[in-house]
Amino acid sequence: MLSRIKSGITGLKAKLTRTHNAIMGSVEAALTGSSREEILGALEEALITSDVGVKTASEIVDGLRAVMAGRDEEKLKGCLKSAIYNILKQVERPLEIGVNQKPFVLMALGVNGVGKTTTIGKLAARYSSSGKSVMLAAGDTFRSAAIEQLELWGGRVGCPVIKQAHGGDPGAVVFDAIRAARARGTDVLILDTAGRLHTKSNLMAELKKIKRVIDREMPGAPHENLLVLDASTGQNALNQARMFNEAIGVTGIALTKLDGTAKGGIIIAIANELKIPIRFIGVGETADDLKDFNAGEFVDALI
Amino acid sequence: MFESLTDKLRKVIKDIRGQGRLSESNVQDALKEVRLALLEADVNFKVVKGFIESVREKAVGRDVLESLTPGDQFIKVVHDELTAVLGGAGAGLELKGKPAVVMLVGLQGSGKTTTTAKLALKLKGQGRTPYIVPADLFRLAAVLQLKRLAAEIGVDCFDSDGYKNAADICSEAARYAGLKGYDTLLVDTAGRLHIDGELMNELKNLKRLLDPSEILFVADSMTGQDAVNTAKGFDDAIGITGVILTKFDGDARGGAALSMRQTTGKPIKFIGTGEKVDCLEVFHPSRMAGRILDMGDVLTLIEKAQAAVDVKQTKEIEKKIRKDTFTLDDFKDQLKSIKKLGTMDSILSMVPGFDAMKKSKDVQIDEKEIDRIEAIINSMTKKERQDPSCLNASRRQRIAKGSGTKVQEINKFMNQYDQMRKMMKKLRQAGPRGIKAMLQGMGR
Ligand SMILES: Nc1nc2c(ncn2[C@@H]2O[C@H](COP(=O)(O)OP(=O)(O)OP(=O)(O)O)[C@@H](O)[C@H]2O)c(=O)[nH]1
Ligand SMILES: Nc1nc2c(ncn2[C@@H]2O[C@H](COP(=O)(O)OP(=O)(O)OP(=O)(O)O)[C@@H](O)[C@H]2O)c(=O)[nH]1
Ligand SMILES: [Mg+2]
Ligand SMILES: [Mg+2]
Repeated sequence: MLSRIKSGITGLKAKLTRTHNAIMGSVEAALTGSSREEILGALEEALITSDVGVKTASEIVDGLRAVMAGRDEEKLKGCLKSAIYNILKQVERPLEIGVNQKPFVLMALGVNGVGKTTTIGKLAARYSSSGKSVMLAAGDTFRSAAIEQLELWGGRVGCPVIKQAHGGDPGAVVFDAIRAARARGTDVLILDTAGRLHTKSNLMAELKKIKRVIDREMPGAPHENLLVLDASTGQNALNQARMFNEAIGVTGIALTKLDGTAKGGIIIAIANELKIPIRFIGVGETADDLKDFNAGEFVDALI
Repeated sequence: MFESLTDKLRKVIKDIRGQGRLSESNVQDALKEVRLALLEADVNFKVVKGFIESVREKAVGRDVLESLTPGDQFIKVVHDELTAVLGGAGAGLELKGKPAVVMLVGLQGSGKTTTTAKLALKLKGQGRTPYIVPADLFRLAAVLQLKRLAAEIGVDCFDSDGYKNAADICSEAARYAGLKGYDTLLVDTAGRLHIDGELMNELKNLKRLLDPSEILFVADSMTGQDAVNTAKGFDDAIGITGVILTKFDGDARGGAALSMRQTTGKPIKFIGTGEKVDCLEVFHPSRMAGRILDMGDVLTLIEKAQAAVDVKQTKEIEKKIRKDTFTLDDFKDQLKSIKKLGTMDSILSMVPGFDAMKKSKDVQIDEKEIDRIEAIINSMTKKERQDPSCLNASRRQRIAKGSGTKVQEINKFMNQYDQMRKMMKKLRQAGPRGIKAMLQGMGR
């Protein structure tokens, strides 16, 4: 277990080096600068260009301004690090699959193209390889070939995929899936849903309906409503989190595409403002490119 | 789109208005607010800096018109500068070569495959014969996704199954398209990171192979600060010719539009406004700038509206809309003044909030159509004009003959008319201020 975490850390660090370098470029430039306000200004800029958001960035920097007298480089770095760490630590809560919930039902949600289906594939691989039986449900009956995409993931991982025809009722799919998972004694049931913009009330209503169907069939489920967010998204991710949360209650977040140059600073803003647990980060397109979110790792890789 | 940013700017502008004169110090405050708003809208930090500087220069400089109030002066400067940053005029597709090749590239999940189908549908509608080429062998079921979309819109699609690499697909598809006489090749590529050297090399290779006249960078309008890096990365590697911004139907403020335009200098050509294959619209920089300010094209509209619409007529129409007695006769009268104003669509797009309502493409009316519509209405009997619900098939046929149009055009127009009435109903619900806003284009 420990070695897995360690290799995870190394891998993540490698993938986040770019982020690190980009931010540290600015930070180090800041540190060689002269006045205290110049340093703080450059730090704020570094945070803003990481999509932390103006509000959160200035809160952090104002905090630094209060704590830090003078312009000691190391102290400054340490302060910034712990300020961000303190925000992120509150939301570092890896997902635990309860043994009392059988099946443990996880539903993936999010706007279009963020990586829901891929994250599901990665999760299926993770839980399968840890010895759990996994079943997938093709709840995206809308997007072209979404069902086949999930089926191919199922084939790759070696777990069954419950589906109906394209254009069908996603509620009916999840209904079937819960019954099938129960009948087979499946440990983890993962539901895919169609990408939907949080502003579309009809689609959000559909999501609520799916949730009702699940809850009726298995009270208390889904046990995890996992909101998938794209790290390259700017401030809009906050709206996404807010509105999916309002609609059906988000219990966890997966932040994908952190292998790009987007800094993922939105994590900090969301943690600061919404306090939703961040479960996973996505760092690539293959099955093992999913890591548990870890505040320390994240901050270490960042600064 | 852009709502929150525009809300912010409106507040700022109000603050200036309250102060009577445009001085250095209140420009300073306003600029701070504009800066904040732009950053919150995800415009890249450096782009914001440059933008604020040029607004400052121009606001304090001699570009200021004496006839305007200080507040309006500032609005105009910000508006003009935004328009400039977003790019001069709307650019269509450059389709050169036989067949002309259009490549769609971009990050994972940005909307390339969907947009490929949308473009194909658009080109088909313009009488071209597009050929769709799925060249993403990486994403699971990506080829099938596009094949299905192609079938849905009735556009031919290369069968990429069984191929081992994108280059083979492209050369075979190009050969076949030449043989069969398709005039446009639309090539969907796999999503990739701009820092992925190997995959960027694949794109370079495809470019050499296909010699595309368009390489469109498909980007998500919700993109944050990183938009500058990705757009630049793709542009540096393969030289993009334009940008398509997707998912504009959400509430993203879309600052990425400014960022990408500013960093690459490449035009934003289209915006994606929905998941369906017909949700693709031409990008209009000036409209977009007006929308960013949520004032509509405030200045031009005020000028145009005052010149063309007489106040009494406006009042009457307003009453009719309120009472829901706006008939096709009134519509025809309106067309006369609309002709003076410009296209219907551009008028409507100048009305703040209209875009959110404009879910259906049917609401758009172009200039040439106004003449046809006038002819259609002229060919109707009085009864038909007052109560269009009586327009059955045989009546429509008669009108088509009389007006030299097709029945489909009449159907389309009646749809538009229905849409318009629905919109008016919405405005009515918005209250008298909403109606005024629509007719006078003042935007609140
Ligand atoms: N680089 C990178 N790409 C990713 C990651 N996660 C997903 N992707 C890619 O993002 C694209 C979209 O992923 P999907 O899983 O289809 O996204 P989705 O949210 O299910 O999309 P819709 O169902 O269409 O809304 C695919 O090309 C994935 O391979 C990640 O962590 N890193
Ligand atoms: N709401 C909305 N959704 C869109 C729009 N354009 C694309 N989408 C959705 O975004 C998701 C991703 O679209 P794709 O066309 O698969 O994206 P892609 O760039 O081909 O993705 P990869 O091939 O995985 O890199 C799908 O769910 C689409 O339906 C748009 O303009 N509005
Ligand atoms: Mg999906
Ligand atoms: Mg695709």
